[in-house]
Amino acid sequence: MAIDRLTHLQQLEAESIHVFREAVAELEHPVLLYSVGKDSSVLLHLARKAFHPGPVPFPLLHIDSGWNFRDMISFRDALAERLQLDLRVYINPEAAERGIDPFTTDSRTFMDVTATRALRQALDLHGFDGAFGGGRRDEEKSRAKERFYSMRDRHHRWDPKNQRPELWNLYNGNHDRGESVRVFPLSNWTELDVWQYIHLEGIDIVPLYFSMPRPVVRRHGQLIVVDDDRMVLEPGEVPEQRSVRFRTLGDYPLSGAVESEATTLPAIIQEMLLARSSEREGRVIDHDSDGSMERKKREGYF
Amino acid sequence: MSHQSDLIAEDIDAYLSEHERKEMLRFITCGSVDDGKSTLIGRLLHDSQMIYEDQLAAIRKDSKRSGTQGGELDLALLVDGLQAEREQGITIDVAYRYFSTPRRKFIIADCPGHEQYTRNMVTGASTCDAAVILIDAAHGVLTQTRRHTFLVSLLGVRHVVVAINKMDLVDFDEARFEQIKADYLSFSSRLDIDDLHFVPISALKGDNVVDPSAQMPWYQGATLMYLLETLHVAGDRKHTDFRFPVQWVNRPDSRFRGYSGSIVSGVVRPGDPIMVLPSRRTSRVERIVTFDGDLDDASTPQAITLTLEDEIDISRGDVIVHQDALPAVRDRFDAMVVWMHDEPLVPGREYRIKHAAQQVRGLISAIRHRIDVNTLELQAAPSLGLNEIGRCELRLARPVALDRYDHNRGMGAFIVIDPLTNLTVGAGMVSDTGDSGPRDAWDTEPGAEHLVPQGAVPRAALAERLRQRAVTVLFTGLTASGKTTIAQAVERALFDAGHLATTIDGQQLRVGISRDLGFTATERSENLRRGIEVARAVNRAGVIALCAFVAPAELPRRRARETVGEDQFLEVFVDAPLDVCRARDQRGLYAAADRGEILDFPGVTAPFEAPSDADLVLDSARDDLATCVQRVMTLLRDREVLGGL
Ligand SMILES: Nc1nc2c(ncn2[C@@H]2O[C@H](COP(=O)(O)OP(=O)(O)O)[C@@H](O)[C@H]2O)c(=O)[nH]1
Repeated sequence: MAIDRLTHLQQLEAESIHVFREAVAELEHPVLLYSVGKDSSVLLHLARKAFHPGPVPFPLLHIDSGWNFRDMISFRDALAERLQLDLRVYINPEAAERGIDPFTTDSRTFMDVTATRALRQALDLHGFDGAFGGGRRDEEKSRAKERFYSMRDRHHRWDPKNQRPELWNLYNGNHDRGESVRVFPLSNWTELDVWQYIHLEGIDIVPLYFSMPRPVVRRHGQLIVVDDDRMVLEPGEVPEQRSVRFRTLGDYPLSGAVESEATTLPAIIQEMLLARSSEREGRVIDHDSDGSMERKKREGYF
Repeated sequence: MSHQSDLIAEDIDAYLSEHERKEMLRFITCGSVDDGKSTLIGRLLHDSQMIYEDQLAAIRKDSKRSGTQGGELDLALLVDGLQAEREQGITIDVAYRYFSTPRRKFIIADCPGHEQYTRNMVTGASTCDAAVILIDAAHGVLTQTRRHTFLVSLLGVRHVVVAINKMDLVDFDEARFEQIKADYLSFSSRLDIDDLHFVPISALKGDNVVDPSAQMPWYQGATLMYLLETLHVAGDRKHTDFRFPVQWVNRPDSRFRGYSGSIVSGVVRPGDPIMVLPSRRTSRVERIVTFDGDLDDASTPQAITLTLEDEIDISRGDVIVHQDALPAVRDRFDAMVVWMHDEPLVPGREYRIKHAAQQVRGLISAIRHRIDVNTLELQAAPSLGLNEIGRCELRLARPVALDRYDHNRGMGAFIVIDPLTNLTVGAGMVSDTGDSGPRDAWDTEPGAEHLVPQGAVPRAALAERLRQRAVTVLFTGLTASGKTTIAQAVERALFDAGHLATTIDGQQLRVGISRDLGFTATERSENLRRGIEVARAVNRAGVIALCAFVAPAELPRRRARETVGEDQFLEVFVDAPLDVCRARDQRGLYAAADRGEILDFPGVTAPFEAPSDADLVLDSARDDLATCVQRVMTLLRDREVLGGL
């Protein structure tokens, strides 16, 4: 009876699939919060595995600020087309009404309108009672105690009194009408696990993760890629071609690129691992908190 | 570890292929406050290079500032900071931490040692294969150590590493280590732990954590990290019977109908004859479907989709098993329940029970006893409060397929959900599926195959040799009426007269044979039954059995008589008025019963059916001990028990 023991990635995969199936069986109307980033790509891949050979039995929701990289939008649309996904895109109309943009509006307000409020509006609009997100516990120190199922009250607020102990793999998503559950199938994955899995499974990710010459300007100490002509150049700013890539994706005017020669997944993983033991202070931490800010936005932790 | 960063820099592909084949180990760390748990976790993360340089720099600064470690690196700051961060309003807190070595990926369930310990520990341990129990070498085994060990064994964590920390504070003394180890073993041997290791460490200095200690040459064993990397968890799946709870019926169109779920135990292959429970319909496995293609076999914990050869009606919650290895299907069973909510458990109230892949309405019909997590004592209890653990009887609205938790974690675990608040209020582990349960054991006929001829020496020969008839005398009466005292005095008197007798005490049985029983009427009855079986064995050796049991109910006493045989059984009713018994009660049991702490207490909250046809009634309030003994001796002579045939 030579059954090999599963590797850690196979075990993580099995656990995530289990969570997906459980949530779909017990929740009425779940949705997958799709941010186009690498964690979302893994999440979607696992969802496809969980329900194969059937289709993914819930829609994908992308909260679009209107300022994502063009590559993200074209990747998203091509993917939805190819995999026949039920993709819903939501943009908060308030942003246009109030003339909010990432250059002139302070970033808090910008995020609040285009991400946090947008997500709530979209969830209410469709009446979703469950939302899959790509949150991981290793992502940020404060997430170490997060659960697979995070309960939200009818105003989508995290409800401390309503959080439940999670034992074995027996998740409790029971909720009253109007309340909802955020489900995090990737809870036990680390960033390295995610990258390794992408590598191993050959999962498609947005090309922005790979280095190539892109037009950049240096602004507030960050390398900003000039992604379209809405970007107003400040006096003296001249875009120059540099080999850069992104560690996390989002709105192009707010995303700092890193200089890199990594054009393959192994090279990306190598850079990530070496950065961990690098002496350059602040680099990884900054990257991490950037990342979490971004994920908050994308996945609506607020 | 530096080998790792070299490999990353020089040959990332080699590094990746090495890391793709890692195993995973989930373990829990338990310790009392200040045993050094945070320091140890910080040390593991640090020495396996899961800490960024800049975090380290910050901690170096803090270590200097706080001066707790004389300027040395205080690794506890790595994890402590986070605890403070999230104290706001969250009560159930297990923090999960991650690190990996080339061999394994580790998930640490890190439970704070304080107040909410039971709830946290049970939550943390539920997903773990191994536990690291910390003991401060200066303090040795504490009450908390016993509690942690009990909870870990209750939750079925099979591998325990006892890390005896702060060895630097006891001069790395071998004798101290050995003594703590012996203390630990003296209580842990009673618990169910398959694999136990002891490591002397200093989390602070790093001795025997990752690298062997230069300070403790006398310790030849493995370091903590080496143990964690090599604990043999693959063989844990003791239970090899196939169990597959259906989570989701996959029916994208009329051509495909599959059953999706995660394998709880065992191996499945196409062609296997299966049965669906609880319907008991049968078929064969047709395909094992996955996104990556069909499989030739699959095992735990793989998430798969099965198709069957026949179209049968299966829904979520049903369990698919092999036909030759069936689990129990029950709507009534016993379980250990851990209560996790401020509002106490209410017996008889309706809860929702989530087990495997389904929720069923159910109630907790009886609390057989509560277990004191510190002393492991069994107590009667009307309810269970937050962090209390008890053995309970559950009744469900419909039967479900289940196994005992200690045989099969995934098929024996459940959570209790309050239907009004939707909160998870309890966790349970099936301890008895009723197959061998106490309920009707008096009436259960043993299979003929179990009957073997008994007694090489005929009773008559024994009686002649010992000059006595081997009878069983049942002393029945209220708590503190004097049963045990009288029985033992009779034993002595018989011995002095050249006879042989032994006392079998109901209370004493609960220490061993009846350790699993509580104090409900059925359990008292079962305790008596077991005592009577022991008495029969004693009788077969020619020895007189003096049984001291409250035995408050008429029916079990009659069963006892029938079991032993009418002419070998005598019943002595030790009759003392209730107030005399109360006054004599040194253990305070009556008072506890009055306060409602002990349920079903004969004479107070449960009836005592006085025997109507006792062979002898002793008034232990009026007569002194010698008189009572004399009257029993007279009875024995009258019935020709003594003095040969
Ligand atoms: N001497 C010595 N002190 C230690 C050792 N491990 C931890 N400590 C100290 O014990 C105290 C409590 O440690 P901490 O890790 O915070 O304990 P926790 O409450 O179990 O997390 C701190 O002052 C640590 O520095 C050790 O191996 N030797």
